[in-house]
Amino acid sequence: MTEPQVRSGWPLYEVFLRGKRGLNHVHVGSLHAADPQMALRHARDLYTRRNEGVSIWVVAARDITASSPDEKDPFFAPSGDKIYRHPTFYEIPDDVPHM
Amino acid sequence: MTEDEFTAYQSLSEETEDHRWAFGTGFTDPLEGIDASVPPGVDAQALGAYCLMLGDDALIYSHRLQQWMTRMPELEEETALANVALDLLGQARMLLARAGLAEGAGRQEDQLAFFRDEHEFRNVLLAERQDADFAELAGRLLIFSAWRLALFGRLAASADPVLAAIAAKSVQELAYHRDYAAQWVIRLGDGTPLSHGKMQAALGAIWPLVAELFQPDPVTAALPAVAADPAGVRAEVDAVLDTVLAAATLERPDVAPLARVAGRSGRDGVHTEAFGYLLAELQSVARAHPDATW
Repeated sequence: MTEPQVRSGWPLYEVFLRGKRGLNHVHVGSLHAADPQMALRHARDLYTRRNEGVSIWVVAARDITASSPDEKDPFFAPSGDKIYRHPTFYEIPDDVPHM
Repeated sequence: MTEDEFTAYQSLSEETEDHRWAFGTGFTDPLEGIDASVPPGVDAQALGAYCLMLGDDALIYSHRLQQWMTRMPELEEETALANVALDLLGQARMLLARAGLAEGAGRQEDQLAFFRDEHEFRNVLLAERQDADFAELAGRLLIFSAWRLALFGRLAASADPVLAAIAAKSVQELAYHRDYAAQWVIRLGDGTPLSHGKMQAALGAIWPLVAELFQPDPVTAALPAVAADPAGVRAEVDAVLDTVLAAATLERPDVAPLARVAGRSGRDGVHTEAFGYLLAELQSVARAHPDATW
């Protein structure tokens, strides 16, 4: 049997907060914790001290699959000149928030 | 809630600009704007003494937690514990301010916190005990917050609307403190053989101080509708502790309570040797620079 992880080996978790009902969860930072339950409590103690949130998500950083900076051009450049994909031909009413 | 209680609670829940308080920074009265009159039929001196007891518990415990700062095993845990210490300091401020108003001798929270001597403090001995290690920190916080939560749950229905409002505000904080401590007691108790052994030893070291928490005292007895009978919360606290200890695979220690000194203990102003050092650290700045502001 292998030794349990020591404290310096606590994995990294990414923290997402929702400020109020109706908004999306937004990435606010990361922290170390031994497991997801501890990560949730640490998130509460580190990121909601000033009444910032009504909901917290934590995700183990190792579970996130991210796009690679090396592939930036093939990934994102082709969409840059296709202006017909942008819905610019109608006006957003003033009272529609969060657009 | 009656209208009186509702107003007191609202005033306490309101956001203020007073979050960055520290000694000497000219803070405002934590009970400013609240009707602080003592309800008819309530012994004002006893009410003052009672708020002093509860306030001292929080003030002294908060200071013990502050002594862990820069010594915690992880940055995240340090912030968590600082939050707990700040919650308790906030409770201490309100309770000491209430004590000063009720006794009517013109003493404010600062005078009560910084200019009383050892024998005038009324905190239970559990609050002043110095944690020998992290397991003692977790175990002591579990016992203290489970006990205080049970007491404050009852005080939320106190006949003194100010005390009831302070208790109602504190209950949510204490519920989180209890949860935080329980997580660690379970994690350590149900962890490795080493952590289990340390957690069990920690409980054995703390347990002699548990009996005092449920000891009846004359101040509480003089305030039948206002105060919460400590003996009356024993069953509730025992049930919580038994649940956590079972989940943590820990045994309830079988040790004798700490002997009282001629029948007296923390609530009577009789403290342990370590208390003098704690108080010296807590009060040294305020006493070196009385009434200083910056």
